[in-house]
Amino acid sequence: MNNLLVLPLIIPIITAVILVFLREQIVLQRIISLITMIFITIISALLLNMVQTEGIMRLDFSGWLPPFGILFVGDSFSILLVLTASIITSFCLLYAFSTIGSRHEKMFFYPFVLFLIAGVNGSFLTGDIFNLFVCFEVMLLASYVLVALGGKKRQLRESLKYVLINVVASWMFLIALAFLYGTVKTLNMAHIAVRVAEAGQDPLLTTVAILFLIVFSLKAGLLLFFWLPGSYSVPPTVVQALFASLLTKVGIYALIRTFTLMFPLNQDVTHTIIGVMAGITLIAGCMGALSGRDIYTIATYNVIIGVGFILIGLAVGTETALTGAIYYLIHDMLAKALLFLLVGMVFYVSGESVVKKMSGIIQNYPLFGWIYFLVMLALAGIPPLSGFMGKVLIGQGAIESGSYVLLALGFASSIIVLYSLLRIFLASFFGETTISYDFRKPIPKGAYLAFVLLALSIVSVGVGAESLAVYVKDAANTLMNPSIYIDAVLKG
Amino acid sequence: MESLMMILIGVLVAVGIYLVLSRNIIRVILGTAILSHAVHLLILTMGGLKKGDVPLLSQSKGPFTDALPQALILTAIVISFATTAFLLVLAYRTYKTNGSDDLQELRGMSDE
Repeated sequence: MNNLLVLPLIIPIITAVILVFLREQIVLQRIISLITMIFITIISALLLNMVQTEGIMRLDFSGWLPPFGILFVGDSFSILLVLTASIITSFCLLYAFSTIGSRHEKMFFYPFVLFLIAGVNGSFLTGDIFNLFVCFEVMLLASYVLVALGGKKRQLRESLKYVLINVVASWMFLIALAFLYGTVKTLNMAHIAVRVAEAGQDPLLTTVAILFLIVFSLKAGLLLFFWLPGSYSVPPTVVQALFASLLTKVGIYALIRTFTLMFPLNQDVTHTIIGVMAGITLIAGCMGALSGRDIYTIATYNVIIGVGFILIGLAVGTETALTGAIYYLIHDMLAKALLFLLVGMVFYVSGESVVKKMSGIIQNYPLFGWIYFLVMLALAGIPPLSGFMGKVLIGQGAIESGSYVLLALGFASSIIVLYSLLRIFLASFFGETTISYDFRKPIPKGAYLAFVLLALSIVSVGVGAESLAVYVKDAANTLMNPSIYIDAVLKG
Repeated sequence: MESLMMILIGVLVAVGIYLVLSRNIIRVILGTAILSHAVHLLILTMGGLKKGDVPLLSQSKGPFTDALPQALILTAIVISFATTAFLLVLAYRTYKTNGSDDLQELRGMSDE
């Protein structure tokens, strides 16, 4: 029992409700929302250290002991993700202060960002699968508003599709839940794991597992990503960055949790399907990134490639590969947030989104240009930046288990990522500038601050991989041995 | 009783999917509403239809009915209510700004 565990969910909700009443006081809204996110970052860092000393924590709401009540479970994996998500949201808020504009700020932009992060944190922390559905919906409702806020022609059109796709996905989530409840008669994830192990995961349960796979793949953009490029390119830059770094990752978290904890027994079927899906996602993502002519298309397809690469780690399923997947997940959240912020800023300073129509940005904004170069290297996996550890470990895991096809696809995709981003760098950043230095649009200081902080965290995740290793190894160990998680929930 | 319920759910899903596949936005939204009703009935049926007593310890003696599916459905109804309300507003705004409620015309391939 530890009441700290509920704070990453409850504090954003309470503050968001308060902020609704402060609609006109924009400065106050900014200060309160930033303080909230910093506070949650500190809390999750505290929780992460407590998990190392005290083991997996849980919080039974209103004292109903598992498996009867709803509960929050904090293990290293979920709290690492809560921490990363909170850090990224703080930085994105810094960027938002100087770029989003008072029109958005007066239309409850900050409250909805806080609702979004509450849903995200809740999804990471919950130990009850129906509660996972509820947290998903909290997150999705906030994201529906954020994607449509602004009300431009194209934006509304794309958000309608985004909402409809997600409504259908949530409907399938409920079907999967109904069948799961009908078969195992419990909703507590640890208890489901026990019951599934007792029943030996027969074909019926595997079918339910595949239903969950479809639902979470839709959310994560694994193979079923057809909705993603359209809806991720319409909202304002900050919202894009938050979506790219948080929303798909929640789907990935749910996939990893489902297939390591609840349905790990029939790996021949489920993990093979995940592997095939990850492979196809990589190929399709690479094709999209290569064929894209504007920066938004290239960036969104890079998100898809990232999803495919992380799920190679799950498909391979050895401890090394899962350690790599967690490293890469953290890296991808940071790097994709930065990439989208940078791409949005490229559009802001040049007024163009087509790669060939821009040139010479780096001459007017040297620091900006080199930060882009840094994130490009990080996404390609160059040491000592953050992408390196994840790529090496996933590759090592793939070799251990002999999945050479996935290995080849994964590393070929790194080259494509490098190529697609280098193309932007060479065409848009290098060359003669079309706007003279005196007439350039200044980049707001807050935006620079967000860039530098995100770039610093990418470097420090890469250089400090050794000091992160304690947490990541513990997380991977818990994923590989579900009995640790189950004992902590049902016996503790 | 279960098979009757399953047939009903099947009919609702068929109606819902027929509506979702149509071109008019309002019909699509009504389709999602009907689909959500279908899945609520599915949860009720999968949880086991009434076999025992009201689950109140002091007022009835077992065997008790499982009350959990109803709690789940209640939550799901609230969520689908919120989503449908939001969708209707969004569809209205999209219709106002884009001047069309036909999804075929909202595909947006031609102008980009």
